Amino acid sequence: MSDVILDIKNVYKSYGDNDVLKNVSFSVRQNRIVGLLGPNGSGKTTLIKIISGLLSDYSGRAEICGMAPCVETKALVSYLPDRMSLPEWMTVKMAIRLFADFFADFDTERAREMLGTLGVSPDKRIGQLSKGMKEKLQLCLCMSRRAKLYVLDEPIAGVDPAARDVIMSTILGNFGEGSSILLSTHIISDVEQIFDDVILLREGRVELMGDAEELRREHGKSIDQLFRGVFKC
Amino acid sequence: MVKIVFDNNIPIYSQIVDRFVIDICSGTLPPGSRITPVRELAMQLGVNPNTLQRALGELESMGLLFTERTAGRFVTEDAALIDARRREMSRSVVSEFMEKMRALGWNDEETVKLITVRRGENE
Repeated sequence: MSDVILDIKNVYKSYGDNDVLKNVSFSVRQNRIVGLLGPNGSGKTTLIKIISGLLSDYSGRAEICGMAPCVETKALVSYLPDRMSLPEWMTVKMAIRLFADFFADFDTERAREMLGTLGVSPDKRIGQLSKGMKEKLQLCLCMSRRAKLYVLDEPIAGVDPAARDVIMSTILGNFGEGSSILLSTHIISDVEQIFDDVILLREGRVELMGDAEELRREHGKSIDQLFRGVFKC
Repeated sequence: MVKIVFDNNIPIYSQIVDRFVIDICSGTLPPGSRITPVRELAMQLGVNPNTLQRALGELESMGLLFTERTAGRFVTEDAALIDARRREMSRSVVSEFMEKMRALGWNDEETVKLITVRRGENE
């Protein structure tokens, strides 16, 4: 069996006459953590929505374990949206139950543990949580699934630098053997140590991609500096 | 092993290798001691498990670590090998230092004197 978990080939997507993705191709292999990097508006979220099956009117090919995004791939892909996807009135406990109902691979025990570690109290309503707490809750729910592919859209954007370390180790500690992670971010320096590969998106095109350690060696620069170099205006 | 402060301009795995070599040479990681399992250690260090695996692989090929099939990974018990590595590292630290002192205009004899004086101050 091939070890490619995610395969994106010649993907184009436009909103009206606004071309958001222009011929994007890359693949994610098993056991890899891939950083999807790009400034605001470079197409990261659109690409992630295609992978998680939320957008279907694109051209080109997107495959998860050999299947185009569909109901079945949703069972394989654990998606962390870049905004709150749960209603304000819901309590943390209810959200856990909802996820347990929806996803066969959801591990309730793990979710409770993780929320405890991150200090999210189960009885609070989502509307009562701070922005950072909401992000932590969504991350816990996402990482509590035993998925093949975790697609994390900006998991650290709203939390303070001290909490970033906790979030990164939560991610590292909870993705299972045989699965992969695609993580989008525009804050690179705090997270680049966990990437195997990076993909730099610019105005809907892949500007640069490769093995993070090779890129560091080749350029003698951090991924963050490389990124800043590419996107200098 | 304490947290490593990484310099993102240099490959992460080589910084992990360097750190292990120093800890083994200094005895912080004593001969025969067990290395924390990859996943756990990767989490502690905040690095990718594949990167850590690569670093540990390199340390194995240097002979400083070895894997016991099921028990895990350990620091070598070959004291001579550790000593040789330690001397080698020390030599390069010393020559680097001497080089810097020469650049400041001290000859080697004067440098040794300065070290002696400095030692006296510390006591």
